[in-house]
Amino acid sequence: MTVHSAHPPGFAHQFEDMEQQREAGSLGMWVFLLTEIMFFGGLFASYIIYRALYLPAFEIGSHLLEVQFGALNTAVLILSSLTMALAIHSAQVGKRRAQVWFLITTMILGAAFLAIKFTFEWHHDYIEHLVPGFGFIIRPEWGAAGQHVPMFFCFYFFMTGLHALHMIIGIGLLTVLTVMAHRGRFTPEYYAPLEVSGLYWHFVDIIWIFLFPLLYLIGGRYIGGGH
Amino acid sequence: MIGSLQFGWDFLCFAAIQAPQLRPEAASSIAEGVDHLYFALTFITLFFTFVIFSTILFFMVKYRRRAENERPPDTGEHLGLELAWTIIPTLICAGLFVWASSLYFENSRPPSASTEIFVIGKQWMWHIQHPEGVREINELHVPLGVPVKLTMTSEDVIHDFYIPAFRVKKDVLPGRYTSLWFQATKIGTYHLFCAQYCGADHAEMLGWVYVMSPADYEAWLAGGSTSQSMQQAGEAIFNKLGCASCHLSDGTGRGPSLVGIYGKEETLKSGDKRVVDEAFIRQAIVNPNSVVLAKYPAIMPTFQGQVTEEQVLQLVAYVKSLASEERKTDAK
Amino acid sequence: MSTATIDVHEAPAGSHVNYLNAKYGVKSWLLTTDHKRIALLYLVSITLMFFVGGFFAVLMRLHLIEPQGALVQPETYNKLFTMHGVIMVFFFLVPSIPATLGNFLVPMMIGARDLAFPKLNLLSWYIYVIGACFTLYAVISGGVDTGWTFYTPYSSSFSHTSVIPTALGVFITGFSSILTGLNFVVTIHKMRAPGLTWFRLPLFIWAIYATSIIFILGTPVIAITLFLLGLERLLHIGIFDPAIGGDPILFQHLFWFYSHPAVYIMILPGMGVMSELVTCFSRKKIFGYSFVAFSSLSIAIISFLVWGHHMFVTGQSIYAGLIFSVLSFMVAIPSAVKVFNWTATLYKGSISYDAPMLYALGFIGLFTMGGLTGLFLASLATDVHLNGTYFIVAHFHYIMVGGAVMAYLGGIHFWWPKITGRLYPDGWARFAALVIFVGFNLTFFPQFMLGYLGMPRRFAVYPAEFQVLNVMSSAGASILGIGYLIPLIYLTWSMRYGPAAGPNPWGAKGLEWTTPSPPPTENFEEIPVVTEDAYDYAHSTVTRV
Repeated sequence: MTVHSAHPPGFAHQFEDMEQQREAGSLGMWVFLLTEIMFFGGLFASYIIYRALYLPAFEIGSHLLEVQFGALNTAVLILSSLTMALAIHSAQVGKRRAQVWFLITTMILGAAFLAIKFTFEWHHDYIEHLVPGFGFIIRPEWGAAGQHVPMFFCFYFFMTGLHALHMIIGIGLLTVLTVMAHRGRFTPEYYAPLEVSGLYWHFVDIIWIFLFPLLYLIGGRYIGGGH
Repeated sequence: MIGSLQFGWDFLCFAAIQAPQLRPEAASSIAEGVDHLYFALTFITLFFTFVIFSTILFFMVKYRRRAENERPPDTGEHLGLELAWTIIPTLICAGLFVWASSLYFENSRPPSASTEIFVIGKQWMWHIQHPEGVREINELHVPLGVPVKLTMTSEDVIHDFYIPAFRVKKDVLPGRYTSLWFQATKIGTYHLFCAQYCGADHAEMLGWVYVMSPADYEAWLAGGSTSQSMQQAGEAIFNKLGCASCHLSDGTGRGPSLVGIYGKEETLKSGDKRVVDEAFIRQAIVNPNSVVLAKYPAIMPTFQGQVTEEQVLQLVAYVKSLASEERKTDAK
Repeated sequence: MSTATIDVHEAPAGSHVNYLNAKYGVKSWLLTTDHKRIALLYLVSITLMFFVGGFFAVLMRLHLIEPQGALVQPETYNKLFTMHGVIMVFFFLVPSIPATLGNFLVPMMIGARDLAFPKLNLLSWYIYVIGACFTLYAVISGGVDTGWTFYTPYSSSFSHTSVIPTALGVFITGFSSILTGLNFVVTIHKMRAPGLTWFRLPLFIWAIYATSIIFILGTPVIAITLFLLGLERLLHIGIFDPAIGGDPILFQHLFWFYSHPAVYIMILPGMGVMSELVTCFSRKKIFGYSFVAFSSLSIAIISFLVWGHHMFVTGQSIYAGLIFSVLSFMVAIPSAVKVFNWTATLYKGSISYDAPMLYALGFIGLFTMGGLTGLFLASLATDVHLNGTYFIVAHFHYIMVGGAVMAYLGGIHFWWPKITGRLYPDGWARFAALVIFVGFNLTFFPQFMLGYLGMPRRFAVYPAEFQVLNVMSSAGASILGIGYLIPLIYLTWSMRYGPAAGPNPWGAKGLEWTTPSPPPTENFEEIPVVTEDAYDYAHSTVTRV
């Protein structure tokens, strides 16, 4: 058996050295994100097709969404990406407490996003009978386009729901990372898990940045009011 | 050995295909053309399979290992050969593509003077409606030598209307019209199958196509049901549902006049131009908001759920008949 | 040209420490991260699924002996063909070569100790098993009758069978494929041994790489499609529902966007195996290495552009039909190039007739036939007549069974001594290959004729004039079934009673053959340094040991 020279903690023995491990981990996450793009992609493609077919109904649906909460959530997520990047930076410069605090802040922001979405938006929509399959009511004031408004809301709930599921998974990941960071696992030489999870978190953020205008901003609107 | 058995078997089957019982009847104007392409493809398939198999067998025997320490020399690369066997198949494929596509083009465009018949598929039967009013279930009577266009829709799941003897097939979809056309060339009785799995009795959704001489066909039509023609039935629905109150024939109503509208190209509110065909009329009835004309308000209510697919076809027949009314008036 | 710098060790059977005997106990298997053990876990699971799916096929062919059906009610027959398709496609063919031979061989062929993410690899297997459990649950709880294609609106609004558990099972197992593909791509990019450049890689690796691209890009789309189908069934409202303006044909586009590339997932690894077998058993370098390598990549890429050829008769526009038709012809060309290159490899070779080679030769002939019958379907005018008939059934079985399964069996027989350290009885192996070849042709050739005559597929009962051909097909199926049982028996037997295998019983080139049979857990004592091209038989002295 060849004698292995001492490796830093976290080294996995299928690799030749830390450099190869880091590159493999990074490439692996990029490939995974590619699969996520394809996963959301099918949904986005279907959305685009139906939006083209039923634009009046999609406009009506979009204007019924709470754009102020959507915009707030957008800001919350972008801020959480910043704190995530700062957590990684803290690890790069060896600051353990800063890492932990930035990770916790990211998690809190993520949880805030979910809270705003589920309580102010989804629950509100449920009460207003705008959830397809759960007592959706087509309102007469929607006119002839009314019969297709449920389609918009199908997409709204499917897309934001899938996104929220990815957020929840992300928060789970961050919990694990926070514990690891607290125990001092990440050093300037080894912070690959943070980096790779950061990629995932940024990706989930980017998905939202596409979702927000596609769903909330159809046909233009003014914040805080109708049209 | 195995290869030649394989080839022998294939050849027998190929020869057998030529025999009447292993080739379906060719009873439409396009059947022979499709069969010629089919036989060409069969020949190419069997030819190349034979070539590959026999080459392999030949090499296997000629170059069989005679000693365990044999070390055959490298035969190197041969760009010319690589290019040849890339380019030649490409050319063959290109030829087949052009042949098949031009045939497909012809086979997809119904001649303008076709007899029209309407088909509604539902689990697990075919409702067929002749414009003169005769209805059939699981049977389709057609005249010989005349192009026939079928306009089809489904009441439930996706079905598929398939007449092997005519070499025609088209899916039958809910919420939409599809069509196919054929011209029968032989009097006889032919299978009709549903070729898209549609549930429990998919295999029993069978029918028969009866090709009759034109005289016999007219006689059959006349002797058929004494009910109204589709056009008359459509007119009755048009009045009953109040369509006439907005679609005044002089154009002064809230909706456009439908006289002569079938076949015209109209501009929609969205700016798109669409030809008013069967599918357009159907959309206007079940989803009017999607086909609002440019100078009109979007106030037509939807009739989805209030009319069956059969009634929609009758309304379509009525609107189409308004075109010929206009021509009759012009001719006067 | 120098040979690889590894010593070849001779060892009597089982006496050396290898991956099989390094640790004992159920936990050491169920919690293993060794790619070789995981390959065996997959081998057991997919063999089980193959025989379940095969059992349904046996019932179907028995039933079809009589025009009015000889065995079951139509509702049951509809479930049989659905479950046969779902199990064979998603739980056997898609994972077969990648998850068994791929997992075992990829690290060994590139001179690595394991895949990039061993724990992810184990997770992939568990995900596969969980998905399989959901689908088997669906089978037991009454079955599913939508066809493996799940077309809406029948599957979303009309079927009263276990659609959601089945779709869920397929959805879950899809992630197994995605993670396996991810693992392979990263491993091949980052963990090749020193000196092993891309163009020195065995062609099996190129094939696995191309397959992995499809895993990564295609599988997520079927995942989201089945997810949407499940939601629609659950909520009674959804994007395929015509009542709110949904389009059932959109389902077909989304479904086939994955499922067409999926069929290349099923054949590309087999083509990779072919390159290995043909070179070893003719003892020659592959003819046209770069052409074969690039053809794998082209097939993977073009495969994403042809899905519409499944939908020529759905009422799509003629122009869409033309585009998909021309692309479908294009995707045939790289496959043809491979067949010619394999044949040319035999020229002036030194050919031996071991069982794996017989499987390889059967593959090449049957794949040629199956692939060429694809041209009938790429041709618009003939596809109109043949779509939805037994011609399609025959076409895809020629490729998937005559092609992919033969390649799988050929590969299993080739690498069996390496994997198990045992030899199997060659006489029985060759006999079984012959039985399978004959049985296969007898089963499926008549189906081409049935299709041309107009017999639609998925028919529980059929007009009497089709009986003769159906009986011929069923007779062939019984022979084919026996043919598949024979290897099950002697391969299992060999694991206990087969003679010990040396490191290189076939005298093959390739890094995996430089290790003992079975290999040690860490594969290589020292990571090899590669200095020669693949299949360089002419300049090497490798022999059977």
